[in-house]
Amino acid sequence: MSAETAVLEVERVSLRFGGVRALTEVSFAVQRGEIFSIIGPNGAGKTSMVNCISGRYRPTEGRILFEGRDVTPLRPNRRAALGIGRTFQNLALFGHMTVLDNIMVGRHHLLRAGFVRGMAYWFGGAQREELAHRREVEEIIDFLEIQHVRKAIAGTLSYGLRKRVELARAVALKPSLILLDEPMAGMNLEEKEDMARFIIDLNQEWGMTVLMIEHDMGVVMDISHRVMVLDFGRKIAEGLPEQVMAHPQVRSAYLGEADAAVSPAEIDG
Amino acid sequence: MTSMTPAGDFRSSYRADTTIFPTRGSRFAMLAGLALLCAAPLVFGRYELGLLIAIGYSAIAALGLNILVGFTGQISIGHAAFFGFGAFASALLVEWHVPVPLAIWGAGIMTALVGLVFGAPAARLKGLYLAIATLAAQFILEDFFARARWFSGGVAGRVTEPYELFGFRFDREETYFYIVLAHVVVLFVAAANLMRTRDGRALVAVRDHYLSAEMMGINLAYYRTLSFGIASFYAGVGGALYAHYLLFVSVEAFNILYSIQFLAMIIIGGLGSVMGSLMGAAFMVLLPEIVQSGADLLAGGAIDRVLRLGASISFLREMAIGAAIILFLIFEPDGLVHRWKMIKAYWKLYPFSH
Repeated sequence: MSAETAVLEVERVSLRFGGVRALTEVSFAVQRGEIFSIIGPNGAGKTSMVNCISGRYRPTEGRILFEGRDVTPLRPNRRAALGIGRTFQNLALFGHMTVLDNIMVGRHHLLRAGFVRGMAYWFGGAQREELAHRREVEEIIDFLEIQHVRKAIAGTLSYGLRKRVELARAVALKPSLILLDEPMAGMNLEEKEDMARFIIDLNQEWGMTVLMIEHDMGVVMDISHRVMVLDFGRKIAEGLPEQVMAHPQVRSAYLGEADAAVSPAEIDG
Repeated sequence: MTSMTPAGDFRSSYRADTTIFPTRGSRFAMLAGLALLCAAPLVFGRYELGLLIAIGYSAIAALGLNILVGFTGQISIGHAAFFGFGAFASALLVEWHVPVPLAIWGAGIMTALVGLVFGAPAARLKGLYLAIATLAAQFILEDFFARARWFSGGVAGRVTEPYELFGFRFDREETYFYIVLAHVVVLFVAAANLMRTRDGRALVAVRDHYLSAEMMGINLAYYRTLSFGIASFYAGVGGALYAHYLLFVSVEAFNILYSIQFLAMIIIGGLGSVMGSLMGAAFMVLLPEIVQSGADLLAGGAIDRVLRLGASISFLREMAIGAAIILFLIFEPDGLVHRWKMIKAYWKLYPFSH
């Protein structure tokens, strides 16, 4: 096992759908307290990687260790209970529930009262437990500045707010590792700035390790501690943001292969 | 969005923010409604009380189905079979010298266990496939009732005892009404409580987005099956109350048409609404009676003579029920409970409703 501080270790993970190779022998480790970004062109396998970590897909080969424990055979709900939270690229809120209930669902694995005590509410301690967790959920609501929509039905909110509620729901799990699949997609500049601030606060004040997929290079370069680049399901680079951007393979993956007929000067110009 | 909290009603504790009835007005209305219902036997005759009892036990079973269909998003077209199982189970327990008040709850638990067995496919099946699996449950249970003489008394049916508590027999409409009312209150409060706690939210999460529910730590197979168990428990208690009202249970009553009536109750009342289950049950019990009395008025009257309706009048009842369901689906797909909310919103904003 590698260093004690690794929260997540991905070891030679491959994922195939029939003949399509989504991921090929990808290995990396995320250290405790990091903001780690995965970048790459569309279809590079970034979301597949996150789905393997959260348990949506099971890797064809390789294994995934979370806090030193092999989680590869575990169902997503077990991984969530261990402390892996995530948000989705395409919003996946519970559309007919209020924002508050959506976030309370995130507390699921921390709540103890099952259906019998829930039905008895006042007599089995369910009320006490609900109110205690409500207090903590309100802290998350304050932090993400969504107090004004607490009682709104999640499906009626604007896109930017829904993204924020989804983040709140993932934070409510009290995860030690939070997976963010394109947290800034489709946002305007102001919303992106807010989101970047939330991610930094989560990392620094709430002590969460962040694994993020993001297309906005400015954001990735500014807030990530380390970056990994995927292309066609293979890892082509990993390191500090500036190192990764200087990497020749990364440049060609993003800009395309240098064409013999066109000189680099022309591309830059 | 219109909030239903009146101006000036500021909640200063989380406890006040999580009550079942959110405003003082709604709490008062509920207590007043209950008090009026308690006085019903003083006013109504046996016929009207019989209808109220029917609404009561139907509403309990409908609420169970609503937890399954409306809240968890699964389908069941075998609910009447579970209702029937509860009726027979309670009668059987009474034969084994279990007192009726306990037999009713015991029948609920037995039905819940059977529901868990038939709900097991729900862990794997969704949508139409699950519908067919529950249809199989309907036929298997019906066949079981017809053949297992020790359980159901076979085609002859089974006679059972009236409700008896501390030596007092609740064997007339005027008294049995209170028994049904008490069960309705307890079970509806329990369902409302369930929906504001962990497992209730998990059920709704499974309905709204099962993939993300699983990522939030919810065990899909457990909650899909649990939902069948809870639904069957409610059906079983409803059936048991039915058994100790009629004092005779026979297999013909629990056919697929009755299952569809339960579905109609929750669609008309409002899917995913606790109170909607009661409204839908009331609607489905009262509609045939109202149409019948309308048809009785019509019979032999001027319209009847002109149009020569004659025997066709008796068909009106069945047709009116079908028509009501179609009209509801078109004009009020969210059910009676939605219409009720609109009316409340109208009066709250009156006279500035636009």
